[in-house]
Amino acid sequence: MSQNVIDRLKAQFTGGELLETGAQHGDEWARVRRDAWIAVATFLRDDPATKMEMFIDLTVVDRFSTEPRFDVVLHVYSVSLKHRVRLYAGVTEEEPTVESLCSVWAGANWFEREAYDLYGVRFKGHPDLRRILMYPEFVGHPLRKDYPKEKRQPLVRRQPNSVD
Amino acid sequence: MDNTLAPPQTRRVVLGIQEPTDFDAPELPTEPLPLNMGPSHPAMHGTVRMVLEVEGEKISSADVQIGYLHRCFEKESEFATWSQVFPYTDRLNYVSPMLNNVGYAMAVEKLMGITSLIPERAQFIRVIVGEISRITDHMTCLGASAMELGAFTPFLYMLKAREWLFELLEEVCGARLTVSYMRIGGCAWDLPAGFADKLRDILARTNDVLVDVAKLLDRNRIFRDRLDGIGVITQADCMQYGITGPVARSTGLAYDVRKDAPYLVYDRFDFDVPVGSVGDNFDRYAVRVEEIKQSMRILEQALEQLPAGSHLLNDPRISLPPKSETYNSIEAMIAHFKLIMDGIHVPPGEVYSYTEAGNGELGFYLVSDGTGRPWKCRVRPPCFAATSILPTLLKGLFIADIVPTFGLMNMIGGECDR
Repeated sequence: MSQNVIDRLKAQFTGGELLETGAQHGDEWARVRRDAWIAVATFLRDDPATKMEMFIDLTVVDRFSTEPRFDVVLHVYSVSLKHRVRLYAGVTEEEPTVESLCSVWAGANWFEREAYDLYGVRFKGHPDLRRILMYPEFVGHPLRKDYPKEKRQPLVRRQPNSVD
Repeated sequence: MDNTLAPPQTRRVVLGIQEPTDFDAPELPTEPLPLNMGPSHPAMHGTVRMVLEVEGEKISSADVQIGYLHRCFEKESEFATWSQVFPYTDRLNYVSPMLNNVGYAMAVEKLMGITSLIPERAQFIRVIVGEISRITDHMTCLGASAMELGAFTPFLYMLKAREWLFELLEEVCGARLTVSYMRIGGCAWDLPAGFADKLRDILARTNDVLVDVAKLLDRNRIFRDRLDGIGVITQADCMQYGITGPVARSTGLAYDVRKDAPYLVYDRFDFDVPVGSVGDNFDRYAVRVEEIKQSMRILEQALEQLPAGSHLLNDPRISLPPKSETYNSIEAMIAHFKLIMDGIHVPPGEVYSYTEAGNGELGFYLVSDGTGRPWKCRVRPPCFAATSILPTLLKGLFIADIVPTFGLMNMIGGECDR
């Protein structure tokens, strides 16, 4: 359905910015080189053949034990042309940074804060990169696969001889 | 000196809104005052904290802080089998749990490639319970918003009607809120006997409630004054922020997943997508009222067309065997054991599936590594996007405007914070 979006991207970005494209279960996706993240996103938004005006979702997948470890995943939708596409940008564990999309879609703001909070991916140029779901004193990034599920970080320390 | 009194200043009143200049007293010095609202505030539904900076009554900056209801949905899901995620999805948007159930079930089915195999009756049941949930969702939002503006009676009327619908859902699945009614491949049980007649009766009574509430609110000067022209957002805002659902439709952006990418059997029903024109709080109220009526239309058509057949896909790799077989044959017992302990095996892959929930596009982005448990189970909560515009939207409004603006955005803590 949105194969023409992928074709359009392929025609526009010939300098190796697109690493891989594909489709699964009717969802078309493209893997983008990290430094072309903003350029591809802006193109998708502005090009009359793609017109991805609507920001849908931004999240991160932790592909533990593969390289690069994290994938920043973006979903965008075109209200006028009724197609959508998914973009990936791989970021490494050593340097988990990618450009912020806040300048392209203002709604990326909170979604990027959440991605930073839960996965520790940092977004360069984000106006206000704070934790959003966890509290500021929280240590670590809970959705990383190496964060133990049972680990507790209570805000209020229990007294050693408290009843509960 | 002229002693005659100056004529009373004429105030320009547009549907009760007084021009802000009437309130301005430029000669009085003001200084910014930090003000904390929440996280538990009687005038707001949902646990959210706002750190405001006000000048007089006017908000100069607002920091909306969410996360007080974070329950680690994603982390817990990664350690549960695909079927065990259903109870967690109940607790996302807890006023329309059926819609979350449907959204998640459809995402897993898309990932397994069995969407077209789901029995027709199951699809109709999903539409029916989903639309009932949409009505309860909108009723809660409208009733609670009206109550926060001082109109307690509509709240009680709305909750009375919501209770009829919840009782009906209780007959279907045994629970009011924590339904867990959907299964991968269909629904847990068939509809109970006499369901259609009861639903028709409840819809007729709910319609009367809507008429009563409309009489109380639609032309109520106090209510209108607090809503008209307050919190205006544009279509461009909606697209920039990813706002969908009734909030987006209030601006005239006719995006409804049920129409734009029909799923289940929605393409067989005749219904309209109500849109507003201004994008203010009153439009958000009116769009929701109209959507309740459209949901009723869908329900009536769905009851008429409801086919006979199975409510669950009959595939031993996906659905549990009937209890009579589980307890009487070794094969069924082993199948039952494997499905419970190992979980349904979902082939490796990634999928984004989206449905229209009460607040807008509810998306599930699932990553499977081929085992019985999700590698990643991401929810794209519609009200997270809607809440994220609040810091910008509240700037320049009055403190009293927070209550209706926040209320009609319908931020649901369970869904927003997950």
